[in-house]
Parts: sequence; structure tokens; C-alpha cells
Amino acid sequence: MIRGENLSKRYGDVDAVASTDIHIQAGAITAIMGGSGSGKTTLLRLLSGLDSPTTGHVWYGDDDLCSLSEQRLYELRESMGMLFQYSALLNSLNVYDNVAFPLHEHTDLDEEVIRTMVSMKLEQVGLRGFESMMPSELSGGMAKRVAFARAMAMDPRIVFFDEPTSGLDPISAGVISTLIHDTSKMNRMTSVVVTHDVSAGLAIADQVVLMWQGRIIAEGTPAEIQASTDERVRQFLEGRPDGPIPFSRSTTSYIDDLTHRPGTVRMAQ
Amino acid sequence: MQQYRRIEMTVGVFVFLGLVAIAWLALKVGQVGGIGESGYTLTADFNDAGGVRKGSDIMMAGVIIGRVDDVKLTNNDHATMILRVNEGVKISEDAFASVRTKGIIGDRYIRITQGMEEDHLVAGSEIEETESAINIEDLISKYIFSGKE
Amino acid sequence: MSNGMINEQSSAAIFFGRMGRYAMHGIEQLGDGTRLGMHALSLIFTRPWQGKHFILQLYALGVGSLVIIIITGAFTGMVLALQGYYTLAKFGSESLLGAGVGMSIIRELGPVLGAFMIIGRAGSSITAEIGIMRVTEQTDALEMMAVNPKRRVLLPRIVATTIAVPLLVSIFDVVGIGTGYIVGVEMLGVNSGAYMAELIAKIDMIDLNGGWVKAGVFGFMIGMICTYMGYRATPTTEGVAKATTQAVVIASVGVLIMDYILTSFYL
Repeated sequence: MIRGENLSKRYGDVDAVASTDIHIQAGAITAIMGGSGSGKTTLLRLLSGLDSPTTGHVWYGDDDLCSLSEQRLYELRESMGMLFQYSALLNSLNVYDNVAFPLHEHTDLDEEVIRTMVSMKLEQVGLRGFESMMPSELSGGMAKRVAFARAMAMDPRIVFFDEPTSGLDPISAGVISTLIHDTSKMNRMTSVVVTHDVSAGLAIADQVVLMWQGRIIAEGTPAEIQASTDERVRQFLEGRPDGPIPFSRSTTSYIDDLTHRPGTVRMAQ
Repeated sequence: MQQYRRIEMTVGVFVFLGLVAIAWLALKVGQVGGIGESGYTLTADFNDAGGVRKGSDIMMAGVIIGRVDDVKLTNNDHATMILRVNEGVKISEDAFASVRTKGIIGDRYIRITQGMEEDHLVAGSEIEETESAINIEDLISKYIFSGKE
Repeated sequence: MSNGMINEQSSAAIFFGRMGRYAMHGIEQLGDGTRLGMHALSLIFTRPWQGKHFILQLYALGVGSLVIIIITGAFTGMVLALQGYYTLAKFGSESLLGAGVGMSIIRELGPVLGAFMIIGRAGSSITAEIGIMRVTEQTDALEMMAVNPKRRVLLPRIVATTIAVPLLVSIFDVVGIGTGYIVGVEMLGVNSGAYMAELIAKIDMIDLNGGWVKAGVFGFMIGMICTYMGYRATPTTEGVAKATTQAVVIASVGVLIMDYILTSFYL
């Protein structure tokens, strides 16, 4: 349903994403995983249309995202939802107004109807009763749940999640993960989840994509990924600092720098 | 949202205050449409307009009775002025108009001195007797050069 | 890698190099800002109208600046009256005080000082607000919810400043002339009739129009500059803080330059 074709995004000298092809299955949960700086958030922003690619196209069915008029793009967006890493709640509005925002903007529904819908969404995330609180009064986990409710407000067909569990305690993280999985299945949504939480990603995803340095290095079902023999995949899954994915980013030898005598000290390997 | 209603009202009050300020400035200070088009006009010819301009005062007996509407050059050698006088001010047919200065170096204005005639000038007629501006430099040079004889 | 090579550049070359970079950067920003501003403005005639948000901004910026404008106007009028009186008294022309105070305020101090106060109060808050919205991805969230942030966030502020500044400047003018009257007539003994009469006699529509045109142009500039600086701020806390101070400086200098240009137009 969503297809990325030869996507790349260049910032200055760096390719945040390079020559990537990706296929997001409709009605399934796709997890995009990788270390920090691997390009997953950039890829997400390209797929959702927030940034435009330096090369390549993003296809929604037959529509090329970049060539759409603003009106057509916004039409598409009315059936999309996005959960941002830091919730991105509008901080001048209270919880109720935040969740009701898309409904107020794009529908002519009666206030009573909207109130019912908002109640329903908040009940789903366990925050019914918190309508009059302001975003600044909420904890991180609560804000994420409100943002989830807001993303679901218009019952979208496609939802993007940017690090939905980062910064949350285990219970909240578990709650959010379960919510993502259950809601996606129940509503047959197409979900794209960017995360570096390995267990959560593997637990809820139908399809996993692993990125490193702007490219996809592995993709498949969770089972396939876990059975992978690729060294990089193993290193990522097991959370080891040594391996093909370098932990240290410096390009010179530490011992050399420390002793100010380039090239004269050899350490036994 | 009720809070929005209050905001709307406050904005309304603010805009109202602003418009009142604008109106006061325009009407009171700028005199938009003030003396404007009321009153009646008379004409007068002068050899030397002496710097009297559109908007300069017209005074009689020391009281402002109107404004100069226009000053034009006629026949390439003398000035014709259109004087707009307030309603109700009657100027005799043999009155004369002179160009005067407020103070020694102040603004120029037209001073109307009444004549003896009973009949008054009607709208559009001409003030026959005029006295042009007294020029300080001419006076001084006259004095200096007459002394040389 | 040239680690160990010392770069032999004279300090003059370094200085000019840096100046050149600043100039290039400034011109880039000017172009980017104009494009962004024009884009935002082009949305003014398209649906959906943002009337409610315009009113909200007018409240935040206009009503919010009202108090500081009144205070500044009041003290400006009073100081002008004091200074003007002592100068005019030396020529025996105290009766011209009203005209002096009025002319100074209506032609220059109202628009310029008023603009500065508004830049400080409303301009900086615009830049900060928009910058913070960018940092916290609220503008992205709006985009994803099919609301154009340029239309919803930028445009109402630009329109609000353009309309609010002339209104506020007029209030400044009236307050300043008024307090000038109080100081001049009540405290220093200037003839009350003369104060107002000379003021009315010496001020023409051209002075007033000039003042209002300045106010409108300044308001527009403040809106454009502050929204742009906020929108393009580096999305970090330091970035927003830096953008806010820069916006105030650029807007203030812009006002001064525009003031000169407009004044020479009207003279």
C-alpha cells in the first residue's frame, strides 16, 4: 500500500537515508528498528510526507506523495494519524481539545457527538476523566497516551509511531505496545512503528525492517529476524557493544592519542 | 468556549479604543472635513502673494474668519487667491485685503479690513482693494539706498 | 588530514571572510524569509478562514501590549513637554508647546517608540512561541492533522501585528498629547487654548498619514520578521533563545531603517 522507491535524504554531506526501497504492507504492523542515527526517524518522516526525499518517490497506491497538491495531500492525511516521540500535544489546549482537535477541524459533528467520541478514545487509553488537564500537567506516559488517543480520533487507516515507548517506565511502555497492537488489529490499520525497543518491536510487529547507516540491512517476520545469522542483526538483537556496528565513533586510536606518539605503540591484538 | 467570548469582547474594546484614537486625531487635530467646504468664497488679486498658501488663515479684527482655499499665478505676473470665508461673516464691498505677518517672522495671513459701504460682497465676487506683502528686504534696501543721496 | 599544518591567514583576511559569510547568510535569510512570508500571505484569501485565530492573536499582541504602550506614551508626552517648554521659553514661544509635542509624537516617536515596545513585548513572544512549537514538533503534528501551520500559526500573527500597531500607535499619540497637555498647561502654565490651537493649526493630514503609514509598515515588518525567525529557529532550546534575541534586534534595526526611508518619502 505504501511503497518507498529508491529513497534517499541528504543533509549536507551526510546521507541520512540512502537508496532505500521499502514496502509497507496494508493492514499490517511494520516495525522499523535500528540504532540511533541509523535513519529510521528520517525514513518515517519521508514515508509520512513531513520531509521530501532528495531522490526517489513515496507511493501511496498510485499517488506520488511529492507531486500531490496541498489539498490532495491533506485529504490523504485525514485518514492518517501520527504519534510523535515527545507527544507534540498542542500546549495551549487541554486534553479534551487536543484529542478533539482533528474532529473539530475536519468534521461538522455536533459537540455532543464529539464529546462521546473523545470519551471513548480516552477510555481506550485509560485516561477518561482527565479532559480538563493541560499538557504541561501530564507525565510523559500520560501525554503519550493522550497523543495516542488523538492519533486515533478520526479512526485512521494509516498510523505512524515515532518511538512510542521511549522514555516510558515498563508498565506504560507495555500498555502503549499492547494498545498499538490491539487497536491496529481491531481496526485493520496499517501501522508503521519506529522503535529501538527490541522486545516491544518483535512482540507486536508482523514485519520487521532493520536499518543501519541509512540502509536496510535486514527485513522479514520477527521469527526470521531472530533466526538471522547476520552478525550485525545478532549484535543489535543481543545489545552487544562489540561487533560490526561500532560502539566507538572515533576514527583514531585512543592509545595513540593518549600518548601523543602517533603510530609508535602497538597493542597485541 | 466561554473564555473565547470574553477574549472576543476584549479585542472588540481594544479595537474600539484604537479607532476612537484614530478618529480623534483625524477629526480634531487634522481637521478632516473641518472648515472643509462650508462658508462662501471670494477672490482677490495681489501683486505679491508673499508666501500665503492654501490653508493660511484669513483674519478680520484679529479673529480668524476663514482660510485661503487656493493661490494661483495669473497671466504670469500676479497672484489670484480664492478666499473661503465662514458663513455669516459679512464683508463690505469696499473692504481691503492685505498680506500680513504674524509677529515679525511668523506665518503669513490675509487681513481683511472693513470698508464704509453698506452693501456686502456676495459669494464669488472679488475684493477689489488689495495690498501686497510688505517685504522686509525691500524696505531695508530702500532705507539704505535712499540714505545715500 | 592536515593536523599539524598551521594556517597562515592574516587577521584581516579572517575578518573579511567572516563578514562575507555573515553577509551571504543574511542575504540567504532575506530570500528565505521573503519566500516564507509570501507563502503565508498568499494563504490569506484561501479557505478555511482563520478568523478565530486572528482574534486570539489580536488579543495576545494588541491587548497585551496596550498597557506598555499607554505607559510609554504617557511618559514620552511628559518628557517632551518638559524639554520642549524649557527650550521654547528661551524664545518666548511657549504657546507652541502643543504643536512641538504633537509633531514629535505623531510623526516620529509614536510610530518608532511604539514599534520598539511592541517588538519587545509581542515580537519576542511570537518568535519564542513559534520556535517552541517547532522544537516540540507541534507544527509537524498540525501538518499530519491536515492543518497548514503557515496558515494556522504564522498568518494570523502577521495580520494581527499589521492591524494592531496602527491602533496602538494612535492610542500612544493621544495619550502622549494628553499627558503633554497636563504637564505643559497644568504644571508649567502654558495657555490651554494655545496648546490645542497651535497643535491643530500646525499639524496636517500629511503628518498623521505619515505616522499611520509608518505604523502599518512597522507592524507588517514585525509580524514577518518575528514569525520567520521563530519558524526557522534551530530546533533546540538554545536555538529558540538565540532566535528570539536575534528577532528583536533585526526587527528593531529594520524599523529604524524603514523609518528613515518613509520619513524621506514624506518630506
